[in-house]
Amino acid sequence: MGRKQLGSRLLQMVIVLIGISILTFLLTYLSPGDPVRNMYTSAGIMPTEELIQQTRDEMGFNDPFLTQYFRWIGNCLRGDFGKSYSLNKPVVQLLAARLWPTLKLTLLSMVLMLIVAVPLGVLSAVYKNKPIDYIVRAVTFFGVSIPNFWVGLLLILLFCVRLRLLPVVSSGGTFKDLLLPAVTLAIAMSAKYTRQVRTAVLEELSSDYVIGARARGVRERKILWGNVFPNSLLPLITMLGLSIGSLLGGTSVVEVIFSYPGLGNLAVNAIMSADYFLVQGYVLWVAVIYMVINLLVDISYNYIDPRMRLRR
Amino acid sequence: MEKKSFIRKYPGFCIFAILGFLIILAAVFAPVLAGGVDPTEGNLTDAIMAPSAEHPFGTDKMGRDICARVIYGARASLSSTFILVAVIFVIGTFLGILSGYFGGWVDAVIMRVADMMIAFPGLVLAIAVAGLLGASTKNAIIAIAVVSWPKYARLARSLVMKIRHTDFVAAAQVTGSKTGYMLRKYMLPNTITTLVITAATDIGSMMMELAALSFLGFGAQPPTPEWGSMLNEGRNFMQSAPWMMIYPGLAIFITVVVFNMLGDNLRDILDPKSE
Repeated sequence: MGRKQLGSRLLQMVIVLIGISILTFLLTYLSPGDPVRNMYTSAGIMPTEELIQQTRDEMGFNDPFLTQYFRWIGNCLRGDFGKSYSLNKPVVQLLAARLWPTLKLTLLSMVLMLIVAVPLGVLSAVYKNKPIDYIVRAVTFFGVSIPNFWVGLLLILLFCVRLRLLPVVSSGGTFKDLLLPAVTLAIAMSAKYTRQVRTAVLEELSSDYVIGARARGVRERKILWGNVFPNSLLPLITMLGLSIGSLLGGTSVVEVIFSYPGLGNLAVNAIMSADYFLVQGYVLWVAVIYMVINLLVDISYNYIDPRMRLRR
Repeated sequence: MEKKSFIRKYPGFCIFAILGFLIILAAVFAPVLAGGVDPTEGNLTDAIMAPSAEHPFGTDKMGRDICARVIYGARASLSSTFILVAVIFVIGTFLGILSGYFGGWVDAVIMRVADMMIAFPGLVLAIAVAGLLGASTKNAIIAIAVVSWPKYARLARSLVMKIRHTDFVAAAQVTGSKTGYMLRKYMLPNTITTLVITAATDIGSMMMELAALSFLGFGAQPPTPEWGSMLNEGRNFMQSAPWMMIYPGLAIFITVVVFNMLGDNLRDILDPKSE
């Protein structure tokens, strides 16, 4: 990616970000609930109609849409995402506190996934259409068809209720708390990645340089681990980057099952209690993080793939 | 050469087509299959009973028969999934063809909106939309449709762009074909096969996303029997009544397997290059 490309990419990102912020704001603006009424009722006060109108005026909820939007985005840019009224804390503080646990969960599940998916994928590609390939393919097929929330529940049933090996509710502090949620996330992902690794390795195996190396008598093992494997890692890196991003937002179901104190759990609770500022902040944060990760993946690709480096 | 019959040639497709059809039949004839047991009526004296001859899958906290609820649950899950896939298929294809055919600002606007939807990872926007619009099956469908159509739009766009500047399209234009005719007669047929394959392989994952939303409480509302929300109810009774979460989960799993297999087999038939 040259400097010019990077520039146009950044410009596109800014346009999309503006769109996302409008959409995020619109979402809460159009939603049927009344944030002011919710604010009072969650504080345990039954507000009168007058009080609601007065507070709406004070907080600027009666201003035109654009005025409200620009005030909100202006505050966001200054790092002020408002205050969560269900938890009575600044939104930034809440999100920042939950970011690390979710990141930890994401990274652990990725590591677990790679430990399973890479060997299985390579094995299945090398022994294509042999019994082991069929077994791996059947297992991965079931892996992608099983809903991860059900896997999570079954794991709890087995390890926490029946065997009593692990705590049912994870506080997110220790490795034990992390293990089951991470395994749950890793199961569905490994199935997907095993297929990807298999496809990538198969593609490399059928390329001309492999035939050349075989003709020159290079040992099969050396071709596989010296040439084919490193080359097939390239598409995998892009996918990993995308997965980190989508996991940051996609762990909510698993976090809810295990009562794990992460971003997704926070967001689900925020939506349940119609905590608009928190929802807005969450959606905006995750979208921005996701886009930044995607950009970093694209940039890093230039450094990893020598062909791209030459092109610059 | 001997002409093979369709069943001989594609045994996998036929088996899973029959299984898929059986699941649909089970949903349609749920009252017959459930033996007249009402899935929403229960007797509290029968609450939380383990599987037995009378209640093969046990009962839930309201004394409702889980077996009947799982069978009736196929209605909610299948109908909402099919509606969802149909909606994203139609919207995505329509916008993608427009985008690819006209190019210019139409393309720019549609694709930037698609970028925005894709920028929200996974279920984030879907959960936000479903939660803020209020929890119901309709809103869950809207929520997932909002984030899923760009995939189809991008695919349709790239397919249209491939043939947009070929000679036969230019010839059709020169001989005075109207735009609507061009879109219907040339653009749509050239995209439809790939998009149908995509839609067929997506049924399983869409079903799981809908179930995930209702599991979180943003989809079908009780007492409607729906697999995702049944799992959610069963979650609280894991210790005393594991059957409450095992059977609905199994129902989702089996249905998703069947429709995924059906999709994969359909892809192999329609697009032999892919394997």
